[in-house]
Amino acid sequence: MFSSFMINTWIAGTAIALVAAFVGYFVVIRRSAFAAHALPLGAFPGAAAANLLGVNPFVGLLVFVGMGVLLLRQLARMGRRDVATGLLLVLFLGMGALFLSMTNEYAPEVFSLLFGEMLGVSKADLWPILGICAVVSVLMITIYRPLLLDSSFPDLAALKGIPAARMDLLFLSLLALVTASALPVVGAFLVFTLLVGPPAAAQALSTHPLRSLLLAVIFAEGSIWLAIALSYWSNWPIGFFVGMIGAGLFNLARSYRSWSQRQRGAKLLAIS
Amino acid sequence: MLAFLSSQPVQTALIVGTCAALVSALIGVFTVLRGNAFAGHALADVSSAGGAASFLLGISPLLGFLGMAWIAAFGMEFLGVRKARERDLATGVVLGAGLGLSALFLYLDVTTTSTTGATVSVMFGSLFAISRGLIWPAILAVLAVFSLVGVFYRPLILTAVDPDLATLRGVSPRWMGLLQLLVLGLAVAVCALAIGAVLATALLIGPAGAAIRLSRRPGQAIVWAMLFALAAVWVGIWMAYESYYWFSGNAWPVSFFVVVLIFVFYVLAMLGSAQHRKLRRGAATALPGLQES
Repeated sequence: MFSSFMINTWIAGTAIALVAAFVGYFVVIRRSAFAAHALPLGAFPGAAAANLLGVNPFVGLLVFVGMGVLLLRQLARMGRRDVATGLLLVLFLGMGALFLSMTNEYAPEVFSLLFGEMLGVSKADLWPILGICAVVSVLMITIYRPLLLDSSFPDLAALKGIPAARMDLLFLSLLALVTASALPVVGAFLVFTLLVGPPAAAQALSTHPLRSLLLAVIFAEGSIWLAIALSYWSNWPIGFFVGMIGAGLFNLARSYRSWSQRQRGAKLLAIS
Repeated sequence: MLAFLSSQPVQTALIVGTCAALVSALIGVFTVLRGNAFAGHALADVSSAGGAASFLLGISPLLGFLGMAWIAAFGMEFLGVRKARERDLATGVVLGAGLGLSALFLYLDVTTTSTTGATVSVMFGSLFAISRGLIWPAILAVLAVFSLVGVFYRPLILTAVDPDLATLRGVSPRWMGLLQLLVLGLAVAVCALAIGAVLATALLIGPAGAAIRLSRRPGQAIVWAMLFALAAVWVGIWMAYESYYWFSGNAWPVSFFVVVLIFVFYVLAMLGSAQHRKLRRGAATALPGLQES
């Protein structure tokens, strides 16, 4: 399990889970779940196009995810945000299908881009992934306080002179970077689960920002390690385990919360 | 044109495509009015697991899509998320679990039944490869949706536009919600069969989103949505057929053309309505007596 060809996967998985938890925490409190779902799918044709042109997949991923961010903001300014996001996402998916249909290895390629490929991390891929993760972490620490304020109390943030539009763009860019690094490992569809599952579970357990963030990181690392290990043993796709563990965590956390609330309620009743 | 119409795969594609366009336009207007675009999309994505499972079980793909869409719809309803804040998260988590399942089923399809094209046809559709036996089930699904919506048209519209008023009028929101999910599942299944599970969203929300920009009245919006959807599907099928000659033997996928056309319609409708509003506002300032109705 820790043989040489798996080492890259373990390192990349750990780095990705860390930044995914950071950014995912803000996805949850800013309620931009749909955007977090749309961006990875927007990046997917980038990988397909890079494959077609024979360039580095990260170049394609970054170009397309950047386009996705710009278009998302443009469309959101023009109309109903959810319909615009949905249509954009489908348009990008359609393009991905087109690019992939032009290559020879259609079916396996589609599968690994959508649902992840555990052994897809080569030595050459590892450095871009680690580089992106480092950039995201540094940016995240720099803008943590203003972003937190802007996400939880937009009015107060505006009063303090934090520009909401710029914060939104910054946040979406961070999301885009995380997407580009995570997509080759967990697949376009499951980047979203990794982003939303652990922070949503953490949020159900604690609303204190730092504690919740820490919990999210622990959950994210735990789920990706478990997913890699299970996928290695069973040979089943990693995306399956990421999706199932995410849903399981969320449900467990929510049931625990409602159980503890009921306990507290019972105690209060007993005292009074 | 004659060669186009007399080809059997094209005929099947046109019939199934028309079914998908009609139901999606009708249901899409309700979905977009209720602000359920994300839920509709999630449902379509999750239904892919059913499509993938149908290869394993050897049942009709339409049944597979439908079964999973219904399970997901009732799952979301059962998670019972009343707070809007948690609704997106719960939807997202169901979505993740569904796509994870779909990853597993597609993997098993490839390894155990050697149906290598399953991933592509379930996810992105292959309208020219649909078997003729699926025409009747698709038509039946459309008839079921139209008769259900026909009978409950007024309460459905009222619940979609103003749930509080609907409750006051004695419409049970729970039954209407259930009915909405039932027909949404049917629509999702037909669309997923036609242009693929993950692209079905385009048909479900695109034409309706464009139509709502052009008309505020639900009935009119449904007619506009049907026109957009039919145009996108028919022209898309024709373009995909012809693309074989355009790109010297490398036909492009039908679903790609349909999705692009829907996107173009949506952008045009948006620009058109913005222009229209600007003209009206211009007229109102030029003639102060003329107020916007």
